[in-house]
Order: sequence, then structure tokens, then C-alpha cells
Amino acid sequence: VAALSTLSEKRGRLHGVDGIWALIGADAVIFAFLFGSFMQERLHNPGAFEVSRHTLNINLGGIDTLILLTSSWTVALAIQALKRDLAERMPRYLLVGMLTGLLFMACKAIEYVQKLAHGITPATNSFYMWYFTLTGIHLFHVALGTALLAYVWIRSRRGRYRSTNRAVPECVASFWHLVDLVWIVLFPLLYLMKAA
Amino acid sequence: MSVLYERVTKVWLALMVLTVVSTWGLSNGLFGPTVAVTGIFLIAAVKARFVMLDFMELRYAPVPVRAAFEGWIVVVVAMILGFWFLTPPAG
Repeated sequence: VAALSTLSEKRGRLHGVDGIWALIGADAVIFAFLFGSFMQERLHNPGAFEVSRHTLNINLGGIDTLILLTSSWTVALAIQALKRDLAERMPRYLLVGMLTGLLFMACKAIEYVQKLAHGITPATNSFYMWYFTLTGIHLFHVALGTALLAYVWIRSRRGRYRSTNRAVPECVASFWHLVDLVWIVLFPLLYLMKAA
Repeated sequence: MSVLYERVTKVWLALMVLTVVSTWGLSNGLFGPTVAVTGIFLIAAVKARFVMLDFMELRYAPVPVRAAFEGWIVVVVAMILGFWFLTPPAG
């Protein structure tokens, strides 16, 4: 009976507070509309989108993906440690999560500088307008998520979290995983989608 | 707790391998556009589902919440592929 009640408790539980899931859900829906708008624009001008896509750095985009996945993994490890009352392990995992977030931002900065150095701006054509807009909005999420991870990291170093007090780290972790989730779709959409 | 035995670690490894397959495998010239694009987006859907269920821990969420998030990735990938198949060739 105890095991069953634990299972049903486990089954019906959301990370953090319910409000964060409304925010994450709304954000995910907004991104879905943006992806649809990108595809609609591409429908009318596949040639220009294909030529422009070839100028993007696929290797750097792939590395960005590996960086974000690693970041999400370490943040998930931090939450696992917290749940098991191993809160002293949290700061090291969160630090890696935060540093990989900064690394992603550095990679994006390199990519933007490369584009601008070649005279490519959002005004160049509609593909680049979408490229800068979508990656820019995503980058804002990365910056916000990294700042939130820094906040949780500082507080975890001071021993502020316990397995019974983990709503804030779980909310931040869930937001960080959304950032990863969006990039998982955004990267192939912009960088890998060949024309028919 | 050994990190190596954590489910999230196994999931992370799978995500890394899937990323390498789609970025440096399917997207090179070996495959035609239809196979490459379909494969790349199906892999993206699998990766997104792993992130939702294991990193966000939606595996244990109330069924309507889990269904909404899993539905999101199905709708997004179906929409992208639908538009892709409707788009005329670039040439």
C-alpha cells in the first residue's frame, strides 16, 4: 500500500510550482507559431532560404547542441542529487550547467560576428531576418536561464536547498530544459533543413 | 549515487549520439533530401521527448500535462514536415 501510494504521488507530481509549467507551456506555443511562420515564409522562397542556409556554420551549430544537452544533463543531475539529500553535490553540477550556458553564448557571439563581418544582417533577406530573430529570442532565453542558474548556484553554495525545499531549483531546471528543447527543433530548422 | 548509473546520464549519452547522427551523418550528401529531412526531424522529436520525459521529469507528471507536452512535439514536427513536403523544390 505504501509503495502504491508513493507511486501515485510520484505519478501526479510536477517539478517546481504549477505556474512555471503555464509559463513553459505558453513559451513553447509561441515558439511553435514562430516555427510555423518560418516554414510559411520558406514556402514562398525556398531557393533563397537554401542558398542562405548554406552560409550557416553547421559544425558550430552542432557543437552548440552538444553544449546545451550537456548543460541540461548536469542541471538534471543537480536536481537528482537534491532529491536524494545530497545537496552538497548540487553546486558543482550547477556550476557546469552555468559555464556551459556561457559557452553557448560565446559560440553564438562568434557566429554573429562571422555573419556581420561578411556583411550579413537581418536586413539581408527574409532567411537571415528569421535566423537572427529566432536565434536572438533563443539566446535571450539562454542568458536568462544562465542568470537563474547562477542565482541557484550561489544559494546552493550557502546550503539553502534541501530535498524538502526544492521548488526554486526545480523551476529553474525546468526552464533550462525548455531552452534545450527549443534548440533541439530550432537547430535542424535553420541549419540542417535541405531543400527538396 | 554514481553519475554513470543515473538514467539521466544514459539519456544524455543517447542524446549526444543522436545529435552526431543527425548533424554529421544524415545532413551530409549521402542521403537524398526527403530521407535526410524526415530522419533529422524524427530524431529531433525523439530527442525532445527524452528531454521532456527524463530531464523535465514529465514521465511522472499528471497525464494531461504530459500529453500536452508530447502533443506539442508531435504537432511541431508534423507541421514542419508538412510545410516541407508542400514547398516546391529550390532549383
